[in-house]
Amino acid sequence: MIEVNIESKAFGSTPVLGPIRFGVRAGETVALTGPSGIGKSTVLRILAGIDEQFEGTITRPDEVAFVFQEPTLLPWRSVLKNILVPHPRLTPQQGHEALKSVGLEDKAEFFPNQLSLGQQRRLSLARAFARTPELLIMDEPFVSLDAETADEMMRLTEKLIVAHQPAALFVTHDRREAERLADRVILLEHKPTGAEIARDGNEVTAAEIDGVGPG
Amino acid sequence: MQAARLTPLLSLAGLLSLWVVAAVLTDDAQILPKPWQLGPLFLQEAGSGELWSHLLATIIRVLWAFGLAMTLGTLLGLIMGRSPRTNAWLDPWLVVFLNLPALVLIVLCYLWIGLTEAAAIIAVTLNKVPNVAVVIREGARALDPDLDAMAQVYKMPWLSRMRHVIFPQLAPFIAAAARSGVAVIWKIVLVVEFLGRSSGIGFQIHLYFQLFDVAMVLVYAFSFICVMLLVEWLLLQPFERSTRRWRTA
Repeated sequence: MIEVNIESKAFGSTPVLGPIRFGVRAGETVALTGPSGIGKSTVLRILAGIDEQFEGTITRPDEVAFVFQEPTLLPWRSVLKNILVPHPRLTPQQGHEALKSVGLEDKAEFFPNQLSLGQQRRLSLARAFARTPELLIMDEPFVSLDAETADEMMRLTEKLIVAHQPAALFVTHDRREAERLADRVILLEHKPTGAEIARDGNEVTAAEIDGVGPG
Repeated sequence: MQAARLTPLLSLAGLLSLWVVAAVLTDDAQILPKPWQLGPLFLQEAGSGELWSHLLATIIRVLWAFGLAMTLGTLLGLIMGRSPRTNAWLDPWLVVFLNLPALVLIVLCYLWIGLTEAAAIIAVTLNKVPNVAVVIREGARALDPDLDAMAQVYKMPWLSRMRHVIFPQLAPFIAAAARSGVAVIWKIVLVVEFLGRSSGIGFQIHLYFQLFDVAMVLVYAFSFICVMLLVEWLLLQPFERSTRRWRTA
């Protein structure tokens, strides 16, 4: 079980997040949405342990995977090394299997800049799932992809989520992404003391998600 | 393409011709010998073993000073680039050392430590560390924060982070610092040898300076220039190419 219990978070004297509390169960996929610049990515970074400057507590498992908005690969290491370097306990065989799960098995010795953006995103997904994460965090993972590639990535993500059953939290501004992937939607709204949860559950409507606009 | 390859050769031939013209006009081998007059002297020094022993002494000093300056400068630059607080404290020191003439540091090291090998190497190292640190600091400031976050999320061990995330990003800066480092260090080593050592190319140049033997000064100077050109072609350029391999793949 993942527990987020943020009391507050500020950048300097500017409050960014107010009280935000929610949990994500194993096997559950939650979409986090809200207006642009409200602090959704900050919530993800706090949950992942990247940002530790906040008031509150986080309960998270050991195995955390993060799919960043950009593929965030090591351009100077081969495709296979991009799986094995962050996961040194994996054997090369397991690395190849992770690549196979996203259809990159024949690109193992390529460098990332020899891949298309879609392939780089798939590599980033393979890296995230290579060690069966208990918590999967994704920051707008399908943004800036053409419709066809985004659809293919979503299909792949669905398949991997079903296979590995992590607790998953992802940021999105897209109603279709939320409807397709999420079991539950959390909507953030601006408050003077920082962002707070406006709605949490299945009842967040498509119109509310559309209302936040692209970010 | 052919012309582009010929240009540096033609340019060097031009320099050589200029030397020949100057030597002919001077018409005094004691002041400026003709290029071909250096050949027999070079063979004489190489044959007696004198050239090699002094060359080796200088190379060892260059290697020590280079290794120390690169290691300390890289560490200092990395820390200063990553921590604004440390940078605020150490930046004024860096400015002071950057503006301290090499000669002052050399003289002070000899006065404080004595005319020893350690003093010579420390003097050269201290001269170069600030330059390396400044270059590496720029590299450290340009490190990709997203890659840092990625390394943190996947709990990459420190050594692995350094090897796979930090150093590949710093490599072009390290290569630049190394290249300018080698060029500057060997020149300072010669000064250090000139002032307070009894071996090395700098010592020999000092000796022949006192004897007013321009030809021998040139023989020793050119021998070491050749060594440094070999270092450039055989070590530095291949290293630079290897750090760029992924960009051109």
